[in-house]
Amino acid sequence: MTYIAKPKLHHPSLTRNRVGFTRRDYEGKISTLCAGCGHDSISASIVQACWELDVEPHRVAKLSGIGCSSKTPDYFLGQSHGFNTVHGRMPSVLTGAYLANRDLLYLGVSGDGDSASIGIGQFVHAMRRGVDMTYIVENNGVYGLTKGQFSATADQGSRSKKGAENTDSPVDLVSLALQLGASFVARSFSGDKAQLVPLIKAAMKHRGAAFIDVISPCVAFNNHGGSTKSYDYVREHNDAVNRLDIIEGRAAIEVIQPDEGVIDVEQHDGSVIRLRKLEADYDPRDRLRAMNFIAHHAAKGEVVTGLLFVDPESRDFHSHLTTVQMPLNQLETAALCPGAEVLEKLNASFR
Amino acid sequence: MTASTNDFVIKFANVNGSGSASANELFAKAILRMGVPVSPRNIFPSNIQGLPTWYEVRVSAAGHLGRRGGVDLMVAMNPQTWDADVREIEAGGYLFFDSTKPLPQGMRGDIEIIGMPLSALCVKHYDDPRQRQLLKNVLYLGGLSMLLGIEPAVVEALLSEQYKGKPQLAQPNIDAFRLGRTWAQDNLKFPLKFGVVRADNVGDRIFIDGNSAAGLGCVYGGATVCAWYPITPSTSVAEAFEKYCHKFRIDADGKRKFAIVQAEDEIASIGMVVGAGWNGARAFTATSGPGVSLMTEFLGLAYFAEIPATIVNVQRGGPSTGMPTRTQQADILSCAWASHGDTQHVLLFPEDPHESFAFAADALDLADKLQTPVFLMLDLDIGMNQRLCAPLQWNAGRTLQRGKVLDTEALEGGVPFGRYRDVDGDGIAWRTYPGTHPVRGAYFTRGTTKDADARYSERGPDYLDNVHRLKRKFETAKGLVPQPIIERAHRPTSLGVLYFGSTSPSMHEAAQRLAVDGLALNLMRIRAYPFPDTVRDFVLAHDHVFLIEQNRDAQLRTLLVHSFDVDPARVTPILHYDGTPITARFIAGAIRERLGAIAIREVAA
Repeated sequence: MTYIAKPKLHHPSLTRNRVGFTRRDYEGKISTLCAGCGHDSISASIVQACWELDVEPHRVAKLSGIGCSSKTPDYFLGQSHGFNTVHGRMPSVLTGAYLANRDLLYLGVSGDGDSASIGIGQFVHAMRRGVDMTYIVENNGVYGLTKGQFSATADQGSRSKKGAENTDSPVDLVSLALQLGASFVARSFSGDKAQLVPLIKAAMKHRGAAFIDVISPCVAFNNHGGSTKSYDYVREHNDAVNRLDIIEGRAAIEVIQPDEGVIDVEQHDGSVIRLRKLEADYDPRDRLRAMNFIAHHAAKGEVVTGLLFVDPESRDFHSHLTTVQMPLNQLETAALCPGAEVLEKLNASFR
Repeated sequence: MTASTNDFVIKFANVNGSGSASANELFAKAILRMGVPVSPRNIFPSNIQGLPTWYEVRVSAAGHLGRRGGVDLMVAMNPQTWDADVREIEAGGYLFFDSTKPLPQGMRGDIEIIGMPLSALCVKHYDDPRQRQLLKNVLYLGGLSMLLGIEPAVVEALLSEQYKGKPQLAQPNIDAFRLGRTWAQDNLKFPLKFGVVRADNVGDRIFIDGNSAAGLGCVYGGATVCAWYPITPSTSVAEAFEKYCHKFRIDADGKRKFAIVQAEDEIASIGMVVGAGWNGARAFTATSGPGVSLMTEFLGLAYFAEIPATIVNVQRGGPSTGMPTRTQQADILSCAWASHGDTQHVLLFPEDPHESFAFAADALDLADKLQTPVFLMLDLDIGMNQRLCAPLQWNAGRTLQRGKVLDTEALEGGVPFGRYRDVDGDGIAWRTYPGTHPVRGAYFTRGTTKDADARYSERGPDYLDNVHRLKRKFETAKGLVPQPIIERAHRPTSLGVLYFGSTSPSMHEAAQRLAVDGLALNLMRIRAYPFPDTVRDFVLAHDHVFLIEQNRDAQLRTLLVHSFDVDPARVTPILHYDGTPITARFIAGAIRERLGAIAIREVAA
């Protein structure tokens, strides 16, 4: 972390995106996390992804729970409304916000304690409902703010900084999300921006619950030998199944002949996720095979990363609820209140 | 027995799941249609089939709608509860039973017994076992109508309405009703010592349960998001909201102008309400005491982050297997001070379905105006029983009051924005909805670690500045909530009574009785917390004040003493909390008893 505030002045040479913003316009306050924290890399990836996607910052609502990861929404998208909610309860607040206004982009940021321990119930049900959001878990297997307790994603047999062994079996949020019906499931590593930025972009373009589990080492409490969430361990065991590019709808006219190792997935808004396969037998459109593949590799101690599953035909919660297109928070009295005359008729029916 | 024409209590003892509920309700409605006020109450177990259930109807020409206590005519259809049911009949009263089987030995000699062979008649006339069971209820309806003088045309009209569009069901019911009447006419002695005679005492009043009225009030109040979790006795609030939304909130394309989510628990319910409120939609949840307990962390956050939320709490006993089908007013403190830290919440106390409707809509307005959680405090007695009340009322031209919200134009016009600045001196700051303006009006929402511009701060002065402003806001709330209603005695008196919520009808009746005994009481009905200062003035204007509550620990009294530092000795609690609705008999008796120990100062006219 740094105590020196960045100057507000933008360098004139900073590149502007199609909506007229520079990368700096997507930044937030100075991070107060530890130097080298994986979470700061994720924040930087979010900034990059939003800039590249030409999203107007104020059209994003960012919500989080409690913990180190949940502090980060203050450190990116300073022109977006943010909400640091209750420990483990970000999904319900985000769901309510999304019900109120379907026109905004919703970004939920959580941690492994926040989502896999105290908040696992809300994580589960938000995935089931298909709330249209990008849900990022910054997963370090440890409670940082309370100084180093194991979280529910810590691997069995891994050791804490103090040397204690974790004997509980871990919660794998990726497998859980797949089982629960999430329509976009990915895993990445905070240290791999080349993989993470396109994943965030694809998730934000996706309609429905898009979940990204980002392994994000905790330099203070979980970056030692014996940890399975350290920078060294993840670099050694990372097995990326694909690399992806996002092709905006408008650019899809360019003819790029996909070769054999490429899968194109068109999303509802016309954008295309182009996946370059690194694992020959991996097809991210097959939920069952994805679950099997992940479990198979986990048994070998490998951390599978990349876009693990995507359902291009996904629907979201508003379409399940058949709500009107106009955001509910913009409906006025005339649209909502049946009025005095109708009430007289109702009164008559109660006699 | 005190019963007389148009003034008696009849109680139906049934087994739940036997189809008795609709027949009993029809009985009550028939008397209403004859212009005679009734107040029915369901007394039911937390069970779907097989356990005892009662339906008690008080018929009262004078319009007393509280529970009276005692039974003049028991319709004893449940062998399980026979002994207790027979004991409950007032001396001189009647027992109506199915005489297919003989009466047990050793019956009371001080009551009159009316036997009608209901099962035998059903077996004789119907083949289908299901029909035998259901029409048995209609048979006794026929018998009772003959005994009590209920007009058959009224009952038959109600049966036709009930089975509107289903003549194959309407006719067998009407036939069974006539069969019951004819049998009673040929075989029973009538009239009884009391009965029903057509009158004109109902007026334009309506008959509706508080939960339905509250659900409809949320439609009128512009709620668009309802997140809830099923819990007795509040479930029918969300169900009513859904029913009326389907009626009034679907556009020409079949799209819905509402979103209802049955959440995974009450924590998620209130989380969704808070998220929707933060994002500018009107949102509410309906729950009961155990649900409020689960919601408390969120309620604290909503208080400090200043997010509108409406919570309909239909009170019952608690916890877990805690008398879920009985009534209490025992969540006053758990709602008023819900959550950790220094929190205070707005509570509204409707007295009946009429106010449940009005206050539901008001609660949504208040939550937006005050940017805070607002509780609508029903209880099972109001919520789940149909009650005669004034027609629901809505002013033409009334619009949703969204409170202090800066829109795009205001921000574009350069109105300075700091989320928690007290610009107007009333403690209520201006807010913005997410997504309003590209470069103005965004802020970060969190608990208490913030300054007036919503920047992260753990500084003591910033904290104090914020919580003191919240205090000012609560003072402002005093003037916005429904004000108390005072009813003065016919002559000056040094005695006052405070009461609230479902106690209302019994309190009025008790005051009338005590007035007949020469005891004058000034009444004040509290309708909201924070208490307006007129509540303190009322307490100080009387030597003694009785505070009537339906809980063990005098919870509202605690709030009262805390609010105004009044001497607790001035306020005598009168408490009823066995799970049954409070009665006028109880209140009058308790006041008489307490007065024995008090020297009453006469006040000159």
